[in-house]
Amino acid sequence: MSDIHGSPNQADLAPGEDEVVSIKLRVLGYLVGLGLAILLTATSFFIAGTNLVWQPSIPVAIIVLAIAQMGVHLVFFLHITTGPDNTNNVLALAFGLLIVFLVIGGSLWIMSNLNHSMMPMDQLMRMQR
Amino acid sequence: MFGKLSWSAVPFDQPIPLVAGGVVLVVILAVLVWVVVAGHLPYLWREWITSVDHKRIGVMYTLLACVMLLRGFSDAIMMRAQQAVAFHSNGFLPPEHYNQIFSAHGTIMIFFVAMPFVIGLMNLVVPLQLGVRDVAFPTLNSVGFWLTATGALLVNVSLVVGEFARTGWLPYPPLSEVTYSPGVGVDYYLWSLQISGLGTLVAGINLVTTVLKIRTRGMSYMRMPMFCWTTLASNLLIIAAFPILTATLAMLILDRYLGFHFFTNEAGGNMMMFMNLIWAWGHPEVYILVLPAFGIFSEVVSTFSGKPLFGYRSMVLATMAICVISFMVWLHHFFTMGAGPDVNAIFGIASMIIAVPTGVKIYNWLFTMFAGRIRFTTPMMWSIGFMVTFILGGLTGVLVAVPPADFLLHNSLFLVAHFHNVIIGGVLFGAFAGYTYWFPKAFGFRLHEGWGKAAFWCWLIGFYVAFMPLYAVGFLGMTRRMQHYDVAAWKPWLDIASVGAGLILAGIICQIVQLVVSIRDREELRDVTGDPWDGRSLEWSTASPPPVFNFAIMPNVTGEDAYWAMKRRTWKEGAGKEPSYDPIDMPRNSPTGFVCAFFATVMGFAMIWHIWWMVIAALIGAYATFVVFAWRDHDEYEIPAEEVARLDRANIAARRGLVTAAGSA
Amino acid sequence: MSVVAVAHGPDLRLIGLEDAGHEGPASKRIITGYGFWIFLLSDIVMFSCFFAAYAVLLGQTAGGPSGAELFNLRNVAIETAFLLLSSFACGMASVAAEIRNHFWFQIAMAVTCLLGLGFLAIEFREFADLVARGAGPSRSAFLSAFFTLVGCHGAHVSLGTLWLLTMMAQVFAKGFRADIQRRFLCFALFWHALDIIWVAIFSVVYLLGSAA
Repeated sequence: MSDIHGSPNQADLAPGEDEVVSIKLRVLGYLVGLGLAILLTATSFFIAGTNLVWQPSIPVAIIVLAIAQMGVHLVFFLHITTGPDNTNNVLALAFGLLIVFLVIGGSLWIMSNLNHSMMPMDQLMRMQR
Repeated sequence: MFGKLSWSAVPFDQPIPLVAGGVVLVVILAVLVWVVVAGHLPYLWREWITSVDHKRIGVMYTLLACVMLLRGFSDAIMMRAQQAVAFHSNGFLPPEHYNQIFSAHGTIMIFFVAMPFVIGLMNLVVPLQLGVRDVAFPTLNSVGFWLTATGALLVNVSLVVGEFARTGWLPYPPLSEVTYSPGVGVDYYLWSLQISGLGTLVAGINLVTTVLKIRTRGMSYMRMPMFCWTTLASNLLIIAAFPILTATLAMLILDRYLGFHFFTNEAGGNMMMFMNLIWAWGHPEVYILVLPAFGIFSEVVSTFSGKPLFGYRSMVLATMAICVISFMVWLHHFFTMGAGPDVNAIFGIASMIIAVPTGVKIYNWLFTMFAGRIRFTTPMMWSIGFMVTFILGGLTGVLVAVPPADFLLHNSLFLVAHFHNVIIGGVLFGAFAGYTYWFPKAFGFRLHEGWGKAAFWCWLIGFYVAFMPLYAVGFLGMTRRMQHYDVAAWKPWLDIASVGAGLILAGIICQIVQLVVSIRDREELRDVTGDPWDGRSLEWSTASPPPVFNFAIMPNVTGEDAYWAMKRRTWKEGAGKEPSYDPIDMPRNSPTGFVCAFFATVMGFAMIWHIWWMVIAALIGAYATFVVFAWRDHDEYEIPAEEVARLDRANIAARRGLVTAAGSA
Repeated sequence: MSVVAVAHGPDLRLIGLEDAGHEGPASKRIITGYGFWIFLLSDIVMFSCFFAAYAVLLGQTAGGPSGAELFNLRNVAIETAFLLLSSFACGMASVAAEIRNHFWFQIAMAVTCLLGLGFLAIEFREFADLVARGAGPSRSAFLSAFFTLVGCHGAHVSLGTLWLLTMMAQVFAKGFRADIQRRFLCFALFWHALDIIWVAIFSVVYLLGSAA
């Protein structure tokens, strides 16, 4: 197939492609992303080590901050948006995330259920000897 | 210097693998010598080995599958024979040998017969059905095929150098850990599947990108042939599921090679995690296999009923529903492992729910046939045989999806009968239907109908005779994988099953004869027009075999069953005026795939035998191959407009005598 | 050309599904980018298996050290900073590639490379240190899962660095040709994705592991 160059009203964007045309705006986009990411990362590290926050909320806070950081990366570095030209990319991402949640969530649920019902392995091994 | 490898790896003391390996080696050498001496090597290298054409690669995948079917079936015959004689006796296969045979049988049939067969058919047909020139990544396609072939090669090498795994087709720990399987058998399995798994992932990426991003003008999603939808769903599953297999086998490799403790008995390992992860791959895997078969049946049934597919939109919904739900049922493979009733119940219910969209599909096929002008050609026979057989297998599946029932039937021959019922009745019958249906498109002549029907009947009757007794003997309490037994009630059933295996053997012989006879009589069976079945989708608008560029002008699609609409329009309005032809750029052939696979084979073999310097050398070689490929300046060649015109005019002229029902419909 | 549109139910254009097929095949850049995007998603699924194994085996220290006793959060912070800045540098290289500026491209890529190598150096030292203290991967299931998960990410960064150097060489030798631009698009996607995975790793493995 020859390299078919898209018509001006190309329906799709490749993942990672930025629609913005001017250099200044592009660099600004990356700078904003960097700034937000630094902010969120620093907050994560701070919360993990501090006593100022209600302790049981720490895991939730760290996970929420992690998701936020991933969002910042997706939007500012990978240029994944919700526009119609990005639909295929977002759908693929959504499918991937669904599988990730099924695998991790499903595994955790199943394995904890099994561990609850089954004798611990080291105890079992001691019975074998 | 050579790690664990030594002359003692060759089974000089075991007659069966020695003789089998020797025979195969002699045959391969004879074929190689003939190829070189008769001067066919340049042709083979240029036209097939380095080809990046999806049609050629599809044919090679299918050829690999058919050859490996013979190897996998030999294992099956040996198993049936052993179980027929091993009543109050040790039979002729000692346990350590028998265990390798059933492990090899399952591994080969799933990974090197079923997978290459469906991937081959998808590769051959999908770009033609989408009205485009090739898949998204042609060279990557070649890489994927050759990596799969590497996996097949390594499994077969294990027959003569070393041994194969004795753990069954899924190597459950702790048996598969190095403590209890210190030999190279499990390592052969692991590296063979890691390498071919990479090839499969590559095929998955290729086909999803092709279906989503490369379709001809006017072919929106709801105008794609059903086979393309099932290709999309199946390859989405490949992309989602195969990484799980890669990760899980990698963890087992780390346990075996570096003393990690993922699944070991000591230091906190959890072998149940292996079962959990491997079946999180394993269940989507069977849908990866069966969805393309469903697509094939949609094509075959609508073509040979002379009607458009009934309920297209519900078929699409059912396909995508199966795709998603297939990721929510995997625990049903280990109901008995000890999860609580709530977990078991939810997965059991999900497993029953997934039967519903399949039922929708069956009804749609039946309604497609209803009031149609049915032609009982060989592909149609395979489809009808599928409908009866797969329903039966699906029903037994719903039965074992009930956890209390599964507690009795798990790992019995009932289960074995169930999954062979759905895989043979579904995947294999579909593959055979597709093989017969698209053979003329690939090679330019049809397969002999008489031998095809004989093969079908032998397979159909043979399947029932071989596997229905296994349901019975499973109910009577027989466990799977038994090397010998002493329960008299089981023997008559197992004897009947052996007869069934013999009938299937007759079916396979019919298929081989069919191929030989068809090649011999190819002039009489020639497909002159390119449309031997009065087809409905775009692949039948090309010549048989199609030119390398598939379509001189990529078609403009205005509805479903695009080619049927074209035929009807031509019937009504006459042939249009000749279009103007442009030169076409096609991707160049490349040895990248073959060379990459060569280094992968060396690396895999070296890993298995702990020859570390060879591993490093192979990795460097693979990287060098990648760089050489990345450095090339000319990746396309041009086909001049006159050549395109000449080929297209020949295609149009050959179709003038085409008899079609399209105009009268 | 007849424009009789056969109604097929709801207007799928509203959810963006009726568009791409109508104009014919997409451009090579979109095809390549999308193919690599779904490869990345498959890679993320593979990582999720290692995450799942880590989560399941978290408590299985077999009487050996746990994460809280082993993790050095200062090193993790430095690694995180290196990787985040390298992602930014890679973004600058993307901009340079868009405007075909050789000088800034090579500079940005060199910075990306150095930061990546810095990350790898710290991680390698961390691993070597753990092994020396008897907390290697064969000590317990928890440590096996830790080394595999973090090590797999490190292996991806190493391969990414090798790819990075190859890209620098390619652009140097052949300039910003269309196919090289496509490969660089894939590289950028890869490098950013590695940083996303690192976010998950430092949050779940190191921060949560230390807070426990």
